Amino acid sequence: MKLQGHAVKYGDNISTDLIIAGKHTKTLNVRDLADHAMEDLDPSFGEKISGGGVLVAGTYFGCGSSREQAPVALKEAGVLFIAAKTFSRIFYRNAVNIGLAVVECDTDAIDEGDILEYDVGSDMLKNMTRYRELAVTPLPEIMVEILKEGGVVPYIKKHGGF
Amino acid sequence: MHALEKTLARASGKTQVSAGEIVLAEVDLAEVNDLYLQVIKSFRELGGEKVRHPEKTSFVFDHYSPAPTIKAADNHKKMREFCAGQGIPHLFDIGEGVCHQVLTESGMVGPGTIVVETDSHTTTMGALGAFGTGVGATDMATILITGKLWFKVPRVMNIVFEGTPPKGVMAKDMILHAIGDLRQDAAIYKAVEFSGGAVREMAQEERFVLCNMAVEMGAKAAFIAPDGTTLEYLSRYGWKGGEIPATDPGYEYDSVVRYDVSSLTPRVALPGSVDAVSAIPGEKITVDQVFLGTCTGGRLNDIRTAAEILAGKRVAPGTRFVVIPASRRIFQDALLAGYIETLVNAGAVLSTPGCGPCLGAHEGILAPGETCVTTSSRNFPGRMGSTEADIYIASPATAAATALMGRLCGADSL
Repeated sequence: MKLQGHAVKYGDNISTDLIIAGKHTKTLNVRDLADHAMEDLDPSFGEKISGGGVLVAGTYFGCGSSREQAPVALKEAGVLFIAAKTFSRIFYRNAVNIGLAVVECDTDAIDEGDILEYDVGSDMLKNMTRYRELAVTPLPEIMVEILKEGGVVPYIKKHGGF
Repeated sequence: MHALEKTLARASGKTQVSAGEIVLAEVDLAEVNDLYLQVIKSFRELGGEKVRHPEKTSFVFDHYSPAPTIKAADNHKKMREFCAGQGIPHLFDIGEGVCHQVLTESGMVGPGTIVVETDSHTTTMGALGAFGTGVGATDMATILITGKLWFKVPRVMNIVFEGTPPKGVMAKDMILHAIGDLRQDAAIYKAVEFSGGAVREMAQEERFVLCNMAVEMGAKAAFIAPDGTTLEYLSRYGWKGGEIPATDPGYEYDSVVRYDVSSLTPRVALPGSVDAVSAIPGEKITVDQVFLGTCTGGRLNDIRTAAEILAGKRVAPGTRFVVIPASRRIFQDALLAGYIETLVNAGAVLSTPGCGPCLGAHEGILAPGETCVTTSSRNFPGRMGSTEADIYIASPATAAATALMGRLCGADSL
């Protein structure tokens, strides 16, 4: 399952409040969530990420609230996968559960606009622009399986449970 | 094994587990709050028809409660219907309080239980010796259907608070000090145990503050070894008792960090980040709003502390003081004790037990350019409203002193 897209890069400690503010979380309409994704941090996020972008960040991406609307909003906005140095554990888990791949690696070696390729479950992230391979922290096997199915919902439907 | 490992082992039918292992554990108590109608949608998408263990499931309306918008009202309505249809007995409707406080008063949480809630501050449960962790909607829907969830057994770091804190220094000051020193991502994927003389001497209500804020350093769960103080609290709220898992002597912690709190002064987290912690700044910072409340700053001793500081006095002109008890029970206790009357006479504004303005949903949202001092747990840009508002996190004593003076100051400076 290969994913390829251009890097859209931000800094450290991007909280779920910045990804999707509390006031926008009442809806079940994923398009409404996507429309407000990252708006407080970067009003042109939607434009930058469209057409298949990879969200790249520094340390502790997705810190704060457990709101699953955060990865949902990013996925719906067009994020193919997220690469960061470290993630908040709840965000990490929520992202995988909804079928959005998360890649823990040294993102200093990625610049805005670089073309990145990641094969889900692989231990390497390819930076095609810089001809470099970045080591990725391995995902637990169960998370790889969930991602390959596209999230927990299709996974459970197929396997009937864990 | 650590007590938390023994808890995970028991719940997954094993005699032994170790850090890094993936286990499938039976959940003793699941809680859904009103931010999470998505849980019901995911439940249906997963093919769910019947909740596996209705008696181990609860719903708490706290984040938008009473409903501030039609959308929120409709979410509450759908959740009430779901609880009625599924025979879920534990629906804590508007005004019962913040989920973490409501559950600790429910008699359903005690040492060795596994508690999963759709809220990051579920680490609070560690102060009762439970394994408590926050999840999102999909994980919660899985629990509703199967009664179980998979966990990676965490390593445990130990934070030791020694010494007797000076008067006016609270658990909030201690934990902010630790977060400022260790930084907000120090405990990602790990559990944090708090111990030491200052913790043993601490009231149960203050212990909740330490475990609650553990998630602000990234922790998956928190823990304080149950003792007489814990058991006294548990029996007051009807915990039936059970086996109390204890950490084996010689258990090897991931790391051990020690702080002597005997000369600690009041701390604040400066706007923008919970780990930008300092002593109270010397320059004059005028404050528009003070908020005392939430799962980390709205308990009875927090309200008492504020009432003692404001008794017979007035909140400074130009400063709004919003007070929200963390639960109905706390509200009632504070009423009986006269604290609420004292605070209202001083000019405080009271609101319904719940999360209040902590997450910027209602009941005290901040305008651009405003400054707020809060006893809550987060000050990310935009957390309580405008991204151009400044939020300082502080202890209830500092919050009350600030409300009195209209400028950021500690109770020790009054």
